[in-house]
Amino acid sequence: MDIMETIKEQVEGNPIILYMKGTPQMPQCGFSGRTVQALMACGERFAYVNILENPELRESLKVYSNWPTFPQLYVNGELVGGCDIIMEMYESGELKTLVQSASAADKSEADAG
Amino acid sequence: MSAQQVITEKLRGAFQVQWLEVENESHNHSVPRNSETHFKIVLVSDDFADMRKIARHQAVYKVLAEELRSGVHALALHLYTGQEWADREAPAPESPNCMGGSKHERQPAS
Repeated sequence: MDIMETIKEQVEGNPIILYMKGTPQMPQCGFSGRTVQALMACGERFAYVNILENPELRESLKVYSNWPTFPQLYVNGELVGGCDIIMEMYESGELKTLVQSASAADKSEADAG
Repeated sequence: MSAQQVITEKLRGAFQVQWLEVENESHNHSVPRNSETHFKIVLVSDDFADMRKIARHQAVYKVLAEELRSGVHALALHLYTGQEWADREAPAPESPNCMGGSKHERQPAS
């Protein structure tokens, strides 16, 4: 499959997905570490991809979203931002509202299906 | 001209700057001494009015696309309008410390 299609499938198939350096348990970059902590503090399940393990995906993601750095958080298929934006949204409470509503919509869809 | 100077000049050329700080934070990361890979930018401009946060960041990334392709690895961006900056009680946030990621990477820069 074309890598751009793979990305599209990942971001649209997962209500909350974080592309990061390392893993939530062992982030390999301070910006990814800070972002994943904020996301975990919101208390919803999320998918993640360690882009250090997939150089091709890493390069293509920069093009896909016109965003040259990592981490990148997508909610409902849309790029929300990197570390600076996520931290601001976390501090204002906006992040929690966003991920909770994405997660709730996903659950009710699963129940209906 | 250093990358820091180029970044400063490009931003001044592209935005109506009310306040601009470009700080080299590369020494916080696992890169050779005197590197210019990690920068923190605080930019205050009314050009950001009516722009969502993500659009503000993308506007800066666009102006600095060449630098990001050729050695600059990460930008911590803190982008405000004049009013938002005046309303802020604290200075722009501190950047996180490195966790050694670039040691694990196959390519030195991305």
